[in-house]
This record gives sequence, C-alpha cells and structure tokens, in this order.
Amino acid sequence: MSILFHSVRLDAEKCQGCTNCIKRCPTEAIRVRNKKAYIISDRCIDCGECIRVCPHHAKYAVSEHFNELVKYRYRIALPAPALYGQFNNLENVDYVLTGLKKMGFDDVVEVSKGAEILSSATREMFESGELKKPVISSACPAVVRLIRTRFPNLLGNLLPTCAPIDLAAKIAREKARKETDYSDEEIGVFFITPCPAKRTAISNPLCHENYGISGAIAIKDIYPVLVQTMDKLKTDEIENINDSGIIGVGWASSGGEAAGLLKERYLAADGIENVINVLEELENEKLNDLDFIELNCCTGGCVGGVLTVENPYVAKARLQRLRKFMPVSCNRLDDYFTIDDLGWTKELTASPAMKLADNVITAMRMMSRLREIESSLPGLDCGICGAPSCRALADDIVRGYAQETDCVLHNIQVGGKDDWLPAPFRMKVQNEESGDKNDS
Amino acid sequence: MEDVIKLHYVVPGDDFTRAGAASGDVKRTLKQLGISPAVIRNVSIAMYEGEINMVIHAGGGEIDVEITENGIKMALADKGPGIANVELAMKEGYSTAPDNIRNLGFGAGMGLPNIKKYTDDFRIETAVGVGTTLFLNVNIQ
Ligand SMILES: Nc1ncnc2c1ncn2[C@@H]1O[C@H](COP(=O)(O)OP(=O)(O)O)[C@@H](O)[C@H]1O
Ligand code: SF4
Ligand code: SF4
Ligand SMILES: [Mg+2]
Repeated sequence: MSILFHSVRLDAEKCQGCTNCIKRCPTEAIRVRNKKAYIISDRCIDCGECIRVCPHHAKYAVSEHFNELVKYRYRIALPAPALYGQFNNLENVDYVLTGLKKMGFDDVVEVSKGAEILSSATREMFESGELKKPVISSACPAVVRLIRTRFPNLLGNLLPTCAPIDLAAKIAREKARKETDYSDEEIGVFFITPCPAKRTAISNPLCHENYGISGAIAIKDIYPVLVQTMDKLKTDEIENINDSGIIGVGWASSGGEAAGLLKERYLAADGIENVINVLEELENEKLNDLDFIELNCCTGGCVGGVLTVENPYVAKARLQRLRKFMPVSCNRLDDYFTIDDLGWTKELTASPAMKLADNVITAMRMMSRLREIESSLPGLDCGICGAPSCRALADDIVRGYAQETDCVLHNIQVGGKDDWLPAPFRMKVQNEESGDKNDS
Repeated sequence: MEDVIKLHYVVPGDDFTRAGAASGDVKRTLKQLGISPAVIRNVSIAMYEGEINMVIHAGGGEIDVEITENGIKMALADKGPGIANVELAMKEGYSTAPDNIRNLGFGAGMGLPNIKKYTDDFRIETAVGVGTTLFLNVNIQ
C-alpha cells in the first residue's frame, strides 16, 4: 500500500479500541486490531467522519499551526467563506478580513473570489456544451475521492476544473509578485480551512499541481485569536478588502455553488450518507434529467466542516444575513483567467483500493472464497473483530489481513433449538414456570 | 474448470424502499472484481430495473446471477401475474403501474426497454397467472 499524505490521523495513545469509528467510515477504511484503530491509507478520503464520531478524540486532523507564518517574509491568508459564518452579529465581512491582517497576514484574498470566477467559468462551459451531464461538482475533495474509490463509473461526470481555493492562490501569488520584491519561497500562502479534506488536497492534489498554497490553518485554531483581534478593531481601522458577493459567499453552504450557475435543473445534497445515496441513484442513471449535482460531504456544506466552530445551521443563517448587503457577484472569469487556466492537468483515475486483485481470475477466486467465508460468519456485523461488517472481515481474510479466528463467535456451535440461551430463558424452563403460574 | 461465481437473491415483494438491494450487491461485487465500468453499468441498470419490476408488478421473486470472466448471466424469476402482451410491455412509455406507484417516481414504462438496451442477450418467458422470468446476459469484451 502506498503511503499518501492524509490530514486525518489516529492518535494511538488516545485510542481505546472502542470500535465506534469503524462503521461510520464511508470507505470502510478503519480497522481495530489489538485494541487500537488504524486507517487503511489507500481507502481514506479524509472526510472527517471518524473525527466527529470518536468519543475519545483519538482521531484528529493535521493542519498548520499559526506559528508556521514566521517561516515566511510575506504572508497571505485565503479565508474560506465558511469562516464568515462563525461570528455572532457580524455585519461586514471586512471586520474578519481586517482582523486577519491585524493578526499577522500581509494580504488577504478571499476564496469566494475564486468561487465567483469558477461559477462564471462553469456557466461558460455549460454553454459550450462540452460537459457530460449531469455534471458533478468537484469542489469537495472528499467527494472526488469518494467517487474515485466507490463510484469510478462516475469519474467522467466530474466538473474538470480546479477548486476556488486554487484560483484564489493563483491570484494571491500573482498579486504578491507584482506588489512586492519577495521571491516565491519567501511568500507563504495559507488557506483558512473548514475541513481536513481540503488540507489533504493541498499536499496531494489529484487533478493538477499545487498552485502555490503553503499550508492550511484550521478555522477552529485561528478562531479564538481572530475573535479577540476583531473585538479590538476600531471602526476607522476597517479596511476595504471584501471583493466578492452573494454568489461567492454562497459557496459556503450546500446549494450555493449550484445556485451560482443560474440553472434550474440541479440537485444539492449534503452529508456523507445523502451524498452516497445520490451517487448510487446517479450510477443507476436515475438522475439523467439533471444538469448539475452539487455534493458536499459535510452536513450543510462547508459550514459543517469538522474544523469549524459554529453549528452549520447557525452559520448558514448568519451567512444569509450577511449576503443581504452584498452585490450579486464581483468577479468574472475574463477578469483573471481563460478556461484553459483552470482545467485539470492530470488524469483522474479510479482508485484500486477496493479491488481484490488486478487480475480478474484471481479476483474471482478470492471473491468465491470471500462469499464462502462470509456465509460461515454469523452475519451480526457486531464489529468486535475490528472490521465494520462480517463481509468486511471476510474481505480482510481473503486479502490476508485477518483470520477467521478473529470472529469471537467463530466455531461456537449452537446445539439444540434454544441451547444458546442462558438456562433460565430456555423454553423448557419457561413452560414449567408458566405451568407453575397456572397452578397457583 | 471455468471459474464461476454464483449469487442468489430473494427479492421481497412488499418493500419499495429496499428494492435495489440485490442489484446493489452485484454492483459492489463486480467493482471488487475489477470489471470495467461500462459492463458494471449495464449489469446494474438492467438488473435494477428487473428487480424493481418484480417488486411493483409481481410481488417479489428470486434472482440468480452467474459471473464468469466472459460475462454476467442473470435469471430473474417471479410467480406474479405474468405479462399478457409482451410486445406492448416492451414499448417505451407503456406502463400499467398504478398512480400511487408513479407518485413514487416509478412506472415510467422505460424498464423493459432499458433492460433490453443494456444487455447483450435478452429473453423473456412469461405466462399469465404463472409468472415471468427474464434471462439476461451482459458480455465482457
Ligand atoms: N415481472 C413482471 N410481472 C408482470 N408484469 C410485468 C413485469 N415486468 C413488467 N411488467 C409489465 O410490463 C409493463 C412495462 O414494464 P416497464 O417497461 O418496466 O415499465 P414500468 O415498470 O415503468 O411500468 C409494466 O407496466 C407491467 O405491466
Ligand atoms: S472511535 Fe475509533 S479511534 Fe476513537 S477510540 Fe474508538 S476505536 Fe479508537
Ligand atoms: S476520514 Fe473518513 S474516510 Fe478517512 S478513515 Fe476517517 S471516516 Fe474513513
Ligand atoms: Mg419497470
């Protein structure tokens, strides 16, 4: 198995081996063995579900610490629009953006700017008719990874563009090159991220090279300092930085990207289970009448990212209020780029992580054994063996990662009709008891 | 000896919400075998439509699937009302599904035509009052 960068990690010391996480993983990437969890690197899509569900905080997301900024002479923040939804009574986004500058950033470029450019580009691509419908948004990196792992049939439907954050980074670097004398290495570009999936996409972009993003700081990490800084800001200190509107900021919650396309035939689903259901339907060609499908792994969209602080619904309500005072959009594709600048440069291929073997015959033999083993297992999906289901254990066994004896019920023979019950609960005893009752 | 994987499913006749479980399992199995996306798509769409038909028109049934390196064979058998006029049933848009089922988004009359479209061999055996069996084959290569 190749070792890929993943933001989502396990702190083995904190892990209690409780198995709470294994069933929630959408790609069955977690196993518990010898009382500790581990993540199968090839399968993990960095969705963060296991971070949400672990009661012992043993799963965590790697992101950059604020201290990283000292490594660079010139620092640029790229705030995700989800950040704007984290503050109570915020009326003007410039408070947040000025706050970031006061905290130590030399410049701030909104990711919502990149989002508006991408909305405008996608509208153009739709018009030119080159897209395979229904087009699936590629903005959520966890969705892209989910598709290449579990729904490779749908790879051709993904919108073949980079993400808003990539465009924001390009703009930020270009601007810094013009306005400063610093070399590229001296300039640090940091995404303020709502989720681990986007952090992973920076180190391990699947469809293009990294557009100069140095790292990502979690919203939850920057939040306490940012709030304090914002509180101290005087009205006359507020800079005029905000340069994106309703469409760009709308990308923070589910349905925002789709709304920016100004099309009627779209669907927006959020939350990993809903996303999987939609992908199943799509695979069965049940949604062919749609133009666009927006999918976000987190409930509510990016405002529901596991690295945010506020409840996604509260954040969404706040964004709605903020957007009221904004123009519809401030950025168009032609202001910055051409379509070719934002396309994919690498082919996105299916992940082989779920395949049993490269050779079909070998895979078939393994599958036959897998089925046989599965039918000999109790079918309880109890998780005590450390695999999320009996089928997953059978899968592990044929791959050589586990043994039949890992099942605690392996070889427990059930003798008579109800011998498996503790003595007081067996039929015989019950009949006698009820007989007793009738007598008295 | 030729390698073959045999799968058997019982499709309950009373639960729409769970219809699709059998074709879903076949789809998952084929993905794990590394079968090409196009073949998987054809198999899962044809089988899904057949499975849904069993539930809405025939009160459930049984499905047998055989996977070899050359292709996927499916037999979908039910003991439902049978189809009186197969030629009519095969017409695009023809459906006898009642309104309550159409309201759920089924009954567009595209099931049988799509099953034929997505399979390499398609045979239907049906007798009124006895039941219906579909024999489907999707070739690999
Ligand atoms: N297994 C079956 N048993 C009985 N009738 C069937 C069966 N499958 C299909 N039919 C008949 O053929 C018609 C057309 O089927 P189909 O093309 O799948 O459309 P739909 O299911 O949307 O009605 C159905 O409305 C029904 O009358
Ligand atoms: S939920 Fe998973 S990671 Fe957390 S303690 Fe339990 S087994 Fe370990
Ligand atoms: S981040 Fe998501 S895919 Fe990765 S191990 Fe956790 S639940 Fe599974
Ligand atoms: Mg039908």
